[in-house]
Amino acid sequence: MKTTLLTGLRWIGLGFLEPMIRLLGGEEPKKNTTLMFRKMIFPIFSILLFIYMWDAGASYLFNVEAERKIEKERADRGEAAALEMKQNIDTGVKKDQPNSLPSPSQVYVAFQALLDDHKSITIKKEAFAKKTAKVNAKRIAKGKKPIEYTGRPSFIDQIYTSLKTVFAGVLLAFIIAVPIGIVLGLSEAMRNSVTWIIQLFKPVSPVVWLLLVFMVVKTLVTDSDMDKSFVISFISVGLCSMWATLVNTSMGVATVDKDFINVSKVLRLGAFKNIFKIVLPASFPLIFTGLRITVSVAWMVLIAIELLAQSPGLGSFVWEEFQNGSSESNAKIIVAMFLIGGIGFMLDKVMMTLQKLLTFTDDAVTT
Amino acid sequence: MSLLELNNVSKWYQEGTAKTEVLDDINLKIEEGEFIAIVGFTGSGKTTLVNLISGLIQPDQGEVKLNGEIIKGPGPDRGVVFQNYSILPWLTVLDNVKLAVDTVFPKLSKKERVDKAKKYIEMVNLTPAMSKRPKELSGGMRQRVSVARALAMDPKILLLDEPLSALDALTRGSLQNEIGKIWLEDKKTVLLITNDVDEGIYLADKIIPLKPGPKATLGPVFEVNLPRPRDKKAFNDDPKFKELRNAVNKYLIEVGSAAKKVEDTPYQLHDAEPEDLLAKRTLSIAYKRSKKNLLVNKSA
Repeated sequence: MKTTLLTGLRWIGLGFLEPMIRLLGGEEPKKNTTLMFRKMIFPIFSILLFIYMWDAGASYLFNVEAERKIEKERADRGEAAALEMKQNIDTGVKKDQPNSLPSPSQVYVAFQALLDDHKSITIKKEAFAKKTAKVNAKRIAKGKKPIEYTGRPSFIDQIYTSLKTVFAGVLLAFIIAVPIGIVLGLSEAMRNSVTWIIQLFKPVSPVVWLLLVFMVVKTLVTDSDMDKSFVISFISVGLCSMWATLVNTSMGVATVDKDFINVSKVLRLGAFKNIFKIVLPASFPLIFTGLRITVSVAWMVLIAIELLAQSPGLGSFVWEEFQNGSSESNAKIIVAMFLIGGIGFMLDKVMMTLQKLLTFTDDAVTT
Repeated sequence: MSLLELNNVSKWYQEGTAKTEVLDDINLKIEEGEFIAIVGFTGSGKTTLVNLISGLIQPDQGEVKLNGEIIKGPGPDRGVVFQNYSILPWLTVLDNVKLAVDTVFPKLSKKERVDKAKKYIEMVNLTPAMSKRPKELSGGMRQRVSVARALAMDPKILLLDEPLSALDALTRGSLQNEIGKIWLEDKKTVLLITNDVDEGIYLADKIIPLKPGPKATLGPVFEVNLPRPRDKKAFNDDPKFKELRNAVNKYLIEVGSAAKKVEDTPYQLHDAEPEDLLAKRTLSIAYKRSKKNLLVNKSA
């Protein structure tokens, strides 16, 4: 029971809980206490330290900003106005609050507000769906498009859209990069002839890719029903992030262990069997490492691309809040920042788990 | 007509103007059902010889013929057991053997192919580990998978390229027993490449030493006229075995030292006296010391 629990925890990346669980079970108290300190207590301590420093920094910036506001009021409108401003700031009058780096508690409040907002929007959506159910059924029967909810998306909806874009982009990268990578890996002539393209386009910034994709998509897609901004952003994400997979796949295929190639030669495997039975499985670890990089790059460039492509998602959320400019908006941006980081981290974990499941390891067992 | 024939085979590697001759004028005939062992030092070109026969490389001179036809490339009619196992780590034992069966016998039904693979796994005593992956196997077990895979191709000749050299002595002994047993059952033509004279005598009908490279070539044939099945323990007291071992060893040592002598071209030293730093130092120390009237240096 306990061992399965522990392996399960290790699999989902919560291995740091292991010493504590063992300690609670009374196993090797001395060793597990040290381990618990090293794996659990120290990280928790460092998180607390981080929050403390953030809080201190935020309150320092708050004071600087408040001081400046009062001084400005004093210079512009005299002593009485300055005193009033000071009082307003102290009592928390909204319009006079200094606008700076939000403190951890403000961010937490903003997070709660975003969740509440999501709940209320969900209720609205459900009500809308109920209301339009009959009409929509009729419209579909007639072959028309159903009426869709066009209200403001909630924060959670934005996350969902962003994830969709990233998956579409990564899928595109996978579909383009892996086959090309295999061809390049198998043929040195091909590799030599396209290396310059890869070297040239790999360092191009996501923004430029977006503009390039925009030029092409604008001309090709004329159907107004299609979500053009989504198409543009996912293609850009795919093109930006595919290089790691491309390079890793071609390298993996080109450097398959010579022994395996000899086996394939002695068996006279056909080209198809050679690729699927020998070359691909042998280069899978490298291909997967490339895919992991691709996913993290995709998530990283996504925000910038969404922001520019006017496509809905976390990027446009952040940008809109920034344009909004209130102190609550700042807190919301920080919430988004943590979520972006957290989701990126989780995506990487998912890829790592997939890699563990799918690739072989050749840990030699000595006789 | 012999099953395998090597006529005046030479192999060299050229790099710019420098030419390294690995094998020189190799002549070898192997009859059907024979077990031949080629014994040689490390680096004498044994693996090059196997690669020539398996078709992974082509000779620069001479010809390699199987059944009278010149070998143009690798093929399943020559089953190779590689030195470093070369079994595919992402496939189970059964799948590794089945890959060979599937490619060589595509016409058999699915069940027949599985049965065939299982038969050879049984032959190397790996049935309990059939669904394991190579990482769960020991070196000896991995090499058995490799043997089973090579046998499953039903090759005309089995090429064993130092199959046991990466194993520890005990595992090597038991695998030697097994290879001997399998050979008695299967009567395949086998070419064993090894650096172990005892292994050669224990398993083979004929032992042919490979003179060390560069320009390695085959030496005289030593016939092994020992009855089969052979008993390893009894060997130690068998005068015939001892005599044969001594003869092969003596030959190998002789050609080995001869090869070394060829390399030992006299090296002319500089016409300069080496400086004796120590002598100078003791002198100067002695000088200093005598100046201070402390000691008289004996060596000075």
